[in-house]
Amino acid sequence: MAELNVGWKPRKENEYLGKEIPRVEGNEKASGHAKFANDINTKGTLYAKLLTCKHAHARIKSIDLDAAKKVKGVKGVFDFRKFLDDPKAFEIHYDGTIIAAVVAERPEQAEDGVKAIKVEYEVLDHFVDEQDLKGATEKKRTGEVGNAKKGDVEAALKDAKHVHKGYYGIHTITHMCLEPHGSHCEWKGEDLKVHLSTQNVSGTAGQFAGSPLIGIDQANVEIVCNYIGGGFGSKFAADQWGICAAVMAKELGAPVRLMLDRATELKIAGNRPSGFGNITVACDAEGRITAWDSEHWGSGGFTDVDKPGKTIDINQFPYVFDFENRNRKATGINTNCGPERAWRAPPHPQLCALTCTALDDLAAKAGMDSLEFYRKNIDQLATKAANPDIYRAEFDIAAKLLDWKGKWHPRGEGGKGAVKKGVGLAIHRWGGAAHAATCLVKVHPDGTVESFAGSQDIGTGTRTCIGLVLAETFGIPPSMVKVNIGTNKYPQSGPSGGSTTIGGVSGPNRRAGIEALGKIFDLVAEKYSVKADTLSAGKGKIWSGGKEVCSWKDAAKLIGPTALEVQGKGPVKDGLTSLEVGGVQMVEVAVDTETGKVRIEKFVAVQDCGLIVDLLTAKSQVYGSLIMGIAYSLSEERIMDNKTGRFINADLENYKLPRIGDIGELIVEMYQPDSEYERGVIGLGEPPVIAPGAAISNAVANAIGVRVPVLPLTPQRVLDSLAKAKG
Amino acid sequence: MTPFEYAHPRSEAEAVELMNEPGTSTAVLAGGTDLIRLLRRDLVTPQRVVNIKDIPSMQGIKPVDGGVMIGALTTLEDLAASPLMSEYHSLHHVLDGIRAIQIQSSGTVAGDLCHLPNCWYFRNGYGLLGMENGESLVETGDNRYHAIFGNRGPAKFVSASRFAPGMIAGQARVRVVGPKPDAEEWLPLEYFYITPKTNAQGVTVLKPGQLITHVWLPGTDTAQGKVQSSTYEVLQLEGLDWPLASAAVSMVVQSGVVQDARIVLGHVAPVPWISHEASRTIIGRRVTEETAAAAGEAAVASATPLSNNGYKVQLARTCVKRALLRAAGQETGGL
Repeated sequence: MAELNVGWKPRKENEYLGKEIPRVEGNEKASGHAKFANDINTKGTLYAKLLTCKHAHARIKSIDLDAAKKVKGVKGVFDFRKFLDDPKAFEIHYDGTIIAAVVAERPEQAEDGVKAIKVEYEVLDHFVDEQDLKGATEKKRTGEVGNAKKGDVEAALKDAKHVHKGYYGIHTITHMCLEPHGSHCEWKGEDLKVHLSTQNVSGTAGQFAGSPLIGIDQANVEIVCNYIGGGFGSKFAADQWGICAAVMAKELGAPVRLMLDRATELKIAGNRPSGFGNITVACDAEGRITAWDSEHWGSGGFTDVDKPGKTIDINQFPYVFDFENRNRKATGINTNCGPERAWRAPPHPQLCALTCTALDDLAAKAGMDSLEFYRKNIDQLATKAANPDIYRAEFDIAAKLLDWKGKWHPRGEGGKGAVKKGVGLAIHRWGGAAHAATCLVKVHPDGTVESFAGSQDIGTGTRTCIGLVLAETFGIPPSMVKVNIGTNKYPQSGPSGGSTTIGGVSGPNRRAGIEALGKIFDLVAEKYSVKADTLSAGKGKIWSGGKEVCSWKDAAKLIGPTALEVQGKGPVKDGLTSLEVGGVQMVEVAVDTETGKVRIEKFVAVQDCGLIVDLLTAKSQVYGSLIMGIAYSLSEERIMDNKTGRFINADLENYKLPRIGDIGELIVEMYQPDSEYERGVIGLGEPPVIAPGAAISNAVANAIGVRVPVLPLTPQRVLDSLAKAKG
Repeated sequence: MTPFEYAHPRSEAEAVELMNEPGTSTAVLAGGTDLIRLLRRDLVTPQRVVNIKDIPSMQGIKPVDGGVMIGALTTLEDLAASPLMSEYHSLHHVLDGIRAIQIQSSGTVAGDLCHLPNCWYFRNGYGLLGMENGESLVETGDNRYHAIFGNRGPAKFVSASRFAPGMIAGQARVRVVGPKPDAEEWLPLEYFYITPKTNAQGVTVLKPGQLITHVWLPGTDTAQGKVQSSTYEVLQLEGLDWPLASAAVSMVVQSGVVQDARIVLGHVAPVPWISHEASRTIIGRRVTEETAAAAGEAAVASATPLSNNGYKVQLARTCVKRALLRAAGQETGGL
């Protein structure tokens, strides 16, 4: 067999890789033909609605579920206490906790059923203020979750030229998936088919099959997810509400659709936990950072009774950097809030928001331009895999695109009048290695190609990119490649989290494609009397030493009457994929000091990510990240009311998301010299969402001369900080 | 949503009749941009919903008595497009800030005037006053968006209407019909709003079985000169959002000196908040950055912020200053 090099082609030979190619399912999505879990409506589908508790902490004194069954159209009621070994031990620990589901012929009948259920609660003491370390300590809600020392911080602080102490924070946000969590479950005999809104097509069947309330063979479960309306790290599990839908579908002998309502989606289906910290950081006369001392806290919501609670991981503090003398301590708070889930690049946005702001304040204290300060310290990186030269190059590109030199000014010199302008920067890092995955590639005798994988396209362009990898490998147009993903009945693939999917799918497909191509080259060599190892595929033809041997279609015919099938696996250390990306973001803001309103003027993101498969979907990832970043930096926030213990803005009116007018000018520059191409494919989906918080906060500080310590930078926080500074 | 009977009258008389059947609670449906939200959360549970959208007499804008008669059902889109409204700058400033296309096309003038508070305690089921076990949740809870004036009583929410400040400043009157078949009343809009002491009292003088049919605005030409008007709203977001505070100004200027001025703040009190202090400060003076700032200062002198909304005092101060500058045709500054 022809031994082909599995590695990517020399860059200049690519027909498709690295070009801007629209996503293949764009028309389906834009025209409404794409079917999401919430669109599945097979004959006889019943609808489930949820009874949730409005108390932050309570026990059920009495409940009458039978009342719902008397409502017209109601077919059944599911008691969520069934998930406990001892239903009597059921305790509500946060607002939105599901008590029961009512299933009916129509959604409104299910709602009437929910209303008919009378519950009497014993309301218990709650604690929801994640920022209040003192209060949490008094209520015995805290626990130390990390404490590590390196070097001699005390001595370094004494020797330092500049020492800065500051308080910083970032509030909890939710995932705000526009398509809420949920599923449509249908049984045929012993077989369960679940249309699930999931980031984990291959990994959820076992959760349904293995649930004590279901208990069937995993082989009998089919998970389907062709499209998903947002997950961001919150949709890896079957979840209790998924199990509930499957159980009720079985019990009632009819399909059941259960999608969370908006409030419940926000309250219990995941959030990005908060982080607050007191940070001391110091540098020498040249601006070289010599010491770091941090004590941070926060909450991942309710963890478990008598557990200390979670906060953002101590091990990556300070973020991106590490210093010779460094102390760090973390305290978790157990609150009566919905539990955390992974949120796009966990927990880097919080780490960055606390670190890059403190460093910026130190730079200001030292009287240095923030960019020069970063340049001076960029060799003090925490991860050996990170490359300071990439950051240096990205600093230069970003500075030019924003005109940093022209726009930077010392703090507080943001102009006359009420509106002040300023610039800020922040940097980030992420792994992005390929996950474990397989695929099946079929080359049909007519020359068309199919790929099968139990993967999913979470909006990132996975389907498109698999098609481009195979089109490039076989030298055929992408229209000749059909990509089949979205069910666990295809070969096992990984969950889409951690920016692992692009590497996870491109490696196995390339490997399988190359193996198939080698087999076809053997057939071509025999038929056309050429040497197999001289052959290459491109532009729909097979070539030998620059001369055309035959068309791709003629070559494919040689396979015989049935398709050639090859399995692809990954990851393999063969250079197709690698890991570790950086990224630099710079932003210019305008701040109205009389109203506290912040406007994004210009936002520059320079991002590396190794070899780019599709430049258009890659850029789209960065644009989306910046928009999400602007949201959590300026307006988006879960507001827990201390009085009632409730998530008081769990709706789309008071949970403030920006619209297009709030976004400003975005400039996305993919850093792609040949050295990046040579690194192979690395995940991109998460890293660009990390730095906006700190970059925007730093720009605001540069504009108004005052640090607004806690994100999001709402008019209230900006005005309060200005008033405090005024005294 | 609780089931209700649906009625679809074609005249004011028919609407009043349908709204006054003894023993039947009713709600009025016009644009529905607020009512549907309230119904879906069971915050209002009428036995009958009366859809007044197709009553011809309540549509359109006409010149009447030197001013304009605006049908209650006039949509915001139609209000913005009407040449008769071109001199009512304060209303246009509000319209410019309503960016949601759905609200522009479905929302009505009277719907805005009758919009119930956006207070999150009310919207989460704790009643208009946001009470639980006889205690105000607003007082010690999260009151960042609540009142800084008129909040000493149990009502601490803020009036939600976007147009009321500008219309009150412009001395609008509203026509109310019902509950008796022939009952008709004209009253100044500034007397339309009330600060309730109980959940049942509502936010306006409207009694069950009454509705607004028209709003009349005086003309912008007066014996003293042309009325100059403006509204300044602070919106956190450029898209669908409620103002954090606003101020509207209606004034007459002769030889550069303010002869008369009415200044009304929005979203800072349970009712649109008329600031006589601000008016007194600016009358007899020229509008400059300094005098406008002084009026802003006077407007907030008696503010009584709650535990977590002191920043709204600054917003109110800024709104008054910038509304005055805008009405005078000067640069307001700011974003």
